[in-house]
Amino acid sequence: MINLTVNGSKVSVPVEGDTPLLWVIRDVLGMTGTKFGCGIGQCGACTVHVDGSPVRSCLTQVSDVADREVMTIEGIGATKSGKAVQDAWLALDVVQCGYCQSGQIMSAAALIEMTPEPTDTDIDQGMTGNICRCGTYVRIREAIKQAAKAAAGK
Amino acid sequence: MLFDKIAKTTDGVSRRRFLQAGAAFGGGLMIGWVDVADAEPGSAPVAAFTPNAFISIDRDGKVTVISPSIEMGQGTYTSLPMLVAEELDVDMSAVGVTHSPPSDKLYGNPALGGAQLTGGSTSIRGFYTPLREAGAAAREMLVSAAAAKLNVAASELTTADGQVIHAKSGQKIGYGALVDDAAKLPVPAKPALKSPDQFKIIGTPVKRLDGREKVDGTAKFGIDAQVPGMKIAAIAISPVFGGKVKSVDEAAALAVPGVVQVAKIDEAVAVIADHYWAAKKGLEAAAPQFDAGPHASLSTADVVAALAKASERDGAVAKKEGDAAGALSGAAVRVESVYENPFLAHATMEPLNCTVHVTDSGCDIWVGTQIPSNAQLAVSEALGIDRDKVRIHNHLLGGGFGRRLEFDFIVLAAKIAKQSKDPVKVIWSREEDIQHDMYRPYYYDRISAGLDDSGKLVAWNHRITGSSIMARFFPSSFKGGLDIDAVDGAIELPYDIPNFLVDYVREEPPGIPTAFWRGVGPTRNAYVVESFIDELAAAAKKDPVDFRRQLTEKSPRARHVLERAAEISGWGTPMGERQGRGVALLYAFGTYLAEVAEVTVGKGGEVRVDRVVAVVDCGQVVNPDTVAAQLQSGIIFGISAVLWGEITLKDGRVEQSNFDNYRVLRIDEAPKIEIEIVKSGEKPGGLGEPGTSALAPAVLNAVNAATGVRLRRLPLEAAAQSLRSA
Repeated sequence: MINLTVNGSKVSVPVEGDTPLLWVIRDVLGMTGTKFGCGIGQCGACTVHVDGSPVRSCLTQVSDVADREVMTIEGIGATKSGKAVQDAWLALDVVQCGYCQSGQIMSAAALIEMTPEPTDTDIDQGMTGNICRCGTYVRIREAIKQAAKAAAGK
Repeated sequence: MLFDKIAKTTDGVSRRRFLQAGAAFGGGLMIGWVDVADAEPGSAPVAAFTPNAFISIDRDGKVTVISPSIEMGQGTYTSLPMLVAEELDVDMSAVGVTHSPPSDKLYGNPALGGAQLTGGSTSIRGFYTPLREAGAAAREMLVSAAAAKLNVAASELTTADGQVIHAKSGQKIGYGALVDDAAKLPVPAKPALKSPDQFKIIGTPVKRLDGREKVDGTAKFGIDAQVPGMKIAAIAISPVFGGKVKSVDEAAALAVPGVVQVAKIDEAVAVIADHYWAAKKGLEAAAPQFDAGPHASLSTADVVAALAKASERDGAVAKKEGDAAGALSGAAVRVESVYENPFLAHATMEPLNCTVHVTDSGCDIWVGTQIPSNAQLAVSEALGIDRDKVRIHNHLLGGGFGRRLEFDFIVLAAKIAKQSKDPVKVIWSREEDIQHDMYRPYYYDRISAGLDDSGKLVAWNHRITGSSIMARFFPSSFKGGLDIDAVDGAIELPYDIPNFLVDYVREEPPGIPTAFWRGVGPTRNAYVVESFIDELAAAAKKDPVDFRRQLTEKSPRARHVLERAAEISGWGTPMGERQGRGVALLYAFGTYLAEVAEVTVGKGGEVRVDRVVAVVDCGQVVNPDTVAAQLQSGIIFGISAVLWGEITLKDGRVEQSNFDNYRVLRIDEAPKIEIEIVKSGEKPGGLGEPGTSALAPAVLNAVNAATGVRLRRLPLEAAAQSLRSA
């Protein structure tokens, strides 16, 4: 059994320690908002926060997050930056197929949390690990700027 | 256009359908198509529960649109409900949308020969009128029901915001209170449709109905299906196409904690477990070995050599006007080129997956598919069970791009699940997804043209050689050796060319499965045609925009988008060193589109697309924000392909495997995109694909402008050597 905290709730999971956090979240806990895209940390669809920092859950062994705080897309709306990002995403109608967007939003929320006034370069660096095949990048960039302003109360 | 031709060549078009209404289960009004074989127009409403329809209105007035097309990002779950809401006079906030069950009869797209298929940029084109008619018919029935209730003439009643209003008496009745009465009324045979000047919803930027669920993680894609008792399977398919499973270490797999079963089919091994990681580890332990079969030594070079040889054969004539050969031989200047299109994978963000439960009562399938009805038939045949016992539960698609028009992965999952007592979710790794895609075919194009003394284009001869997707996918459309998709975008050019010949030679790559890819024929052909038009402009010593403008005298819509794109982009204004601007003009999917791309070519030959201007005339616009989104999307999708997209074969195996070696564009590589939408009352055109189709030639022409190098093979990355600065 491995103990961890997911979106504020303590859970114990009966898996091998090398199991990636992604599959614990999806297949063991049944939370499907976090997505599988590549399995090698190339696409960012599986991005979650561990103790507030964005990580690729497909490459994160569950034993490494024992007793730590995991936040997923299902919980991010309860944070100020997460809600600001979701609101901006809706205001600009960023999503298309939507499959990558959980990961995009988790990365974006972490970005504006750490960089309250992101420049284009900050956005490039913070978001380059998240692929979108529908090509929503133009709107993602604008939505992050809008969300950053909202989160800062501007 | 391609799909008009499919409609003419398949049986589906002879199907006559009309609207029929009935009571919804638990009360309410449903309205949808009924097949002419099943009832007669104007017949009494069906008394019983009508499970299949376009629209359902419940007693609370909530409207549900059962969408004939599936949502895969293109916005169809917003734009199709808009058509209904417009004619029904309800606010979009009162409208929901659900997936349709498999049925060609009830949900077949009239623009696709009546097949229940989402593809070819046809959702709006096929359903623009039928869904408005369904909404208008429902509205008239609700008005009739209100007239009876209020004992007034229907002509005294109006509708707005989901209510029938009697202005004289000030009475209003919500639709919900009328649905049970309305369901008993006959359906108007010819409901009156609004004229465009009465539109309140069509033409406005309505927000996506699927926005909320896609930002909070609750949206359900096929991979998110959760069925009680479900197990997860990882698969390994023969790495060489056509190979078979030789051996599996079953005991080793079963020794991995969480693994419950090993299932084998001819070409693949599946390890079934409690969760995906256990399945994946079990599969590694199983170490499946394969007999490679007849294609063990196949390479890309073999495929290209066979295509080049085949391109010497005479092809099936797609279009012939005047005397191309004669005009060519008499031309003052002749230009001749060979263009090649590489194999491409789809690489949807959601890897292929399918959940299946086979029981005594049939087979349940949870999947995201662009083609539910055909998938149902295929599984029924593969498992030998009645078609109506195959129940497809469709889901949102994490990208389609043509990959989910195929049901190979659904049949494969069904064969595996048949061996299990539990429901099984088969998840493909990204590596399996890329190495067992059904690829956009390699195409080999010979093209030549002639100019007269004044530089006027007088002869055109284009031979397209490659795989026929249509012969497999829509066999009834494949006649006389002609694949109408292979030549789509090559024969109805926006240009006036007097002597014109396009033909097609079918040559299948051995063992490599081929399939549609975003933009289908027009994406492959626009790259050839629009690159070659620039070559001709150069031969005529004319500016590429001017050269095109002169050829578009008879196509004012094409000329307009071309001129606007040139203006907005600042065509002709100076650019920096190793920077260039290129244009492409497209008429495809019923849409006119001009794109101007600006590129910078680095010293090492690497190309960056800095800016793309797109001007589109797609006729009547349903949702301008969706139009913009689809153009942005198509452009980005196209850039990935033109810069890096290439599937290559070595020893019968696909060499690419994941996003590290099958690159797609990232946010820091994305260009500025500027879009203008032409206001038009013409018939709606398709939008999911044109943005991609026009992109490659615009970029290649820009690269030529920047470097003087004309590239006729893709992707650009493979040609970086020739683009290096001296």
